[in-house]
Amino acid sequence: MANFSEQKIELKDILPEKTLNTRVPQEGVDRSVKPAPSRYRNEIAKYIVHRDLNCARCGKCIEMCPHGVHVRQTGYKYFGEPSNYLCIGPSCEKTAHYCVAKCPQNALQIRENPMYKVLGDYRWTADLILATWKMAETGSVPAREYELNYETGNSGGGFDKLRFKFPAKPPVKLDPGQIDTSISLNKREDGRPKIKIDVPWYGGGMSFGSVSNVTQLSKARVAVAWNTFTCTGEGGFMERMRPYDDHVITQVATGLFGVREETIQRVPIVEFKYAQGAKPGLGGHLLGDKNTIYVSRMREAVVGISLFSPFPFHSVYSIEDHMKHIDWIKHVNRRTLISTKVSTPTDVDMVAVGSYSAGTHIVHIDGGYGGTGAAPDIAKKNIAMPIEYAIGKVHGFLRDEGVRDKVTLIASGGIRSAYDVAKAIALGADGVVIGTAEMVALGCVRCSRCESGRGCPRGIATTDPDLAKKMNIDWGTQRLINLYTAWRSVLVDILMRFGMRSVTELRGRTDLLMHLDYTKDVQA
Amino acid sequence: MPEKYHIKTQPVPPRRPRIGKHGVVDWREDCARCHNCVKKACVYDRYRQESDYIRQLSDVDALFFDCMGCFSCVQDCTKGLLCLSINPEYEKLGNSYWKPDIIKTTWLQAETAKIPVSGAGYRGPFSGHGFDSMWTDMSEIVRPTRDGIHGREYISTSVDIGRKPAFLSMEGSRMVSTLPPLVSIPMPLIIDLSSPLHTLPPLDHIIAKTATCTDLIAIMDSRYRPENEANLHNIAFYLGPDSRPVPKEILQKTRLVEIADSKTVCEQIKELKKQHPEIVVAVRVDLNASGISRAIDLADLEEIEVIHVVADPNGNEIGAEKPRFIKDMIRQIHTSLIERGTRDEVTLMAGGGIALPEHMAKAIICGTDLITINLPLMIALECHLCASCKPGMPCPARLETIDTAYGVGRMTNIIAAWHDQLIEVMGAMGMREVRRLRGDVGRAMFFENLEEETFGKLFGTKNRA
Repeated sequence: MANFSEQKIELKDILPEKTLNTRVPQEGVDRSVKPAPSRYRNEIAKYIVHRDLNCARCGKCIEMCPHGVHVRQTGYKYFGEPSNYLCIGPSCEKTAHYCVAKCPQNALQIRENPMYKVLGDYRWTADLILATWKMAETGSVPAREYELNYETGNSGGGFDKLRFKFPAKPPVKLDPGQIDTSISLNKREDGRPKIKIDVPWYGGGMSFGSVSNVTQLSKARVAVAWNTFTCTGEGGFMERMRPYDDHVITQVATGLFGVREETIQRVPIVEFKYAQGAKPGLGGHLLGDKNTIYVSRMREAVVGISLFSPFPFHSVYSIEDHMKHIDWIKHVNRRTLISTKVSTPTDVDMVAVGSYSAGTHIVHIDGGYGGTGAAPDIAKKNIAMPIEYAIGKVHGFLRDEGVRDKVTLIASGGIRSAYDVAKAIALGADGVVIGTAEMVALGCVRCSRCESGRGCPRGIATTDPDLAKKMNIDWGTQRLINLYTAWRSVLVDILMRFGMRSVTELRGRTDLLMHLDYTKDVQA
Repeated sequence: MPEKYHIKTQPVPPRRPRIGKHGVVDWREDCARCHNCVKKACVYDRYRQESDYIRQLSDVDALFFDCMGCFSCVQDCTKGLLCLSINPEYEKLGNSYWKPDIIKTTWLQAETAKIPVSGAGYRGPFSGHGFDSMWTDMSEIVRPTRDGIHGREYISTSVDIGRKPAFLSMEGSRMVSTLPPLVSIPMPLIIDLSSPLHTLPPLDHIIAKTATCTDLIAIMDSRYRPENEANLHNIAFYLGPDSRPVPKEILQKTRLVEIADSKTVCEQIKELKKQHPEIVVAVRVDLNASGISRAIDLADLEEIEVIHVVADPNGNEIGAEKPRFIKDMIRQIHTSLIERGTRDEVTLMAGGGIALPEHMAKAIICGTDLITINLPLMIALECHLCASCKPGMPCPARLETIDTAYGVGRMTNIIAAWHDQLIEVMGAMGMREVRRLRGDVGRAMFFENLEEETFGKLFGTKNRA
């Protein structure tokens, strides 16, 4: 019998023959940034440039504007609609290229876009959505003059009240190339692969059925490009995902939809989903409208019927039961790591330690303010604690129990920006899982209509074949690659300012944080 | 298997045009009349519905706003002519406490009886005032205290109203204690008196019938008489200082009666018990400056069975400059009664500011046995809470012309949706009985405690509210 504590054991020694047979050659995806402009004709803008009838079509505005707001196609006499979303607005007044002031005919005006008020909400402000779109388009954070706050939302608590205490000067001068943002997902010495991911985040579980094939494949491809992971959620995954298997996490949840020996054997990480932050204690729910023929085949269910993954696992009433679950998966796939996804109740710290003792590699805590799928409104807001409270609680308890460095702590449920990533790590997580941010990068406006009827009108979270055509895989992949690139650059910048060479140095550094409600030297 | 509490529902469409959150403003003069008009591609087909609606328009003040706010048409229009805006009518709904979102979700539940479900996560503030400053707990993998999983159909939401003796006296195997009467209702909710603004003759019958359909109890003015005497089973008359007395033969057909608090409550209770010994008497206490202490003192009196504390419609202490919120007042009363050893002997009902189903669960966690509501039922009838309910003023919901089937249907639907949501939250908590939820603050997490435990430890004293 193999001794898994011995490090010399190679993967082929512990892989059953069947597991090896399921593998296909893995595809690579280039992670370089390429422009991926909006797939919509009119990008929503913070400001509107209005050109009136006095315009003499002299073209001075085109010559002056460094942002490319004014457009006239070659050979055309008249201007096209201004690219409003490129306009930096009133902050341009201070510059020498302010088109409103320089127009010889006084034909230009800049106004705030009334639609800007309609976009976004407390958690995902319009600024945050537009900034995420810009990052997904360009691979860079929006220039300062756009005045888009991409660091915080407007929820009035949690991450939105936390700030980093950056030193005036970095204690050590470092180049971006010297910064390591990778984290290890297996801290156990159990002979299983020492998986490392290049960025301290991976994609959250969105099932085949809740999002389109294009979305799922785009998420998988960015995971390949950035050497990280995507999660299939519950409900199985397509044959088309096979070339990306090495970057896929599949879920086992109570409905066991799409869970087969073969799907477990394909992937390097299997996640037990005990609960979801958006609907803790309520289980999963795919509404009948989204249960199309393909989805039903994958889930071995009846077309059009709402599918419930009821809470909880009836086979798990103790940590010992949980251990049996883990042993089952570990036996079926000898190379896989185990992640345990739980919500954030009062005793989340004890659940985390219990999961560790049961043999999990990753404790994934999912706070209440995230989630991408259908959830009862009453659950989203009211059940279980926000992730900001849970991270420190779990990190501290794992540390006190002496197992903090033997398990990876992943946080999710409301991670909207690279700053949220860094704050979550500073509070004690090793890394995070993101979901909504990816959806926003693909063009989500958070209209909350992903759950019913034909699903997402933007073609992201839908199983309707016509709506899914609104997006293609290359574009989707590139948008996510660009977003990841921009986020990493923000994270690298944060680490450089603290003089840290690795993101692992940031973990648990609450001394680098301040809270606007607690810190006397801060003006909110 | 005992019969399960089930409220029969059916969809009851609104009588008035829906007031949606979003509307699209269309600058038609610059339209290119292109063949791929984005209006035709609306996923929800709203433009076509709007055209049909306008064609059949009979009421000039009836505007159509049912846009889902997906921005697709706005972003795809060839000439960029469309602009999404917040419907000003929507923003006018309700008030600072009964926000438009609350009105909208109540309307939806009154129409469908379904639990509101949406995607894309939570959109609101991190925490807030009152009930928004607490979260209910849930039961993860291991929870020794949890009731176990029995399926939602096994969760009991019934409560007993009345006085419960602290102990029973026995002589041998014979019980010598006299058990006071108890009223059991299948859900911890009582329909409270209508505010004077909403006191309309047709509404009284609708409320009484709703109480019968849901097997709950409605507190009604003492002058009210139901069309059907059988409905008296679900009516509790309110006897205020100026109320007309209820004839003995009518009173004897009811189970619960409510009296206004006064110095003579004990005498009044004795008098009512003389007429109908099996009746349970509730004392209504306004939560004003002396409300909390009065409620606590009342519980010491052996005649008192039920204390009904009522805050203002927004859940605030009545008449206070810096009012306390109903949640905190319930906790204070509940805790004081525990300290005095009287908590289990009296039933506590609380009303005012209970606007959403989660408020019901949270109020119970804070210590009330059951809640009382009225405004959510009025909102279910498409009331805008515009507070212009004066004779001669037009009511946007046309409440004066309401018909019974519509009214009962909508009110029943909202109660059913609240019941389902209570079960959802209890299921998540691993609770099998709502009676066990009362005062179980261990099933909740409070903002101030979590802040202190998390950030207080790290950053010291909080220096800003």
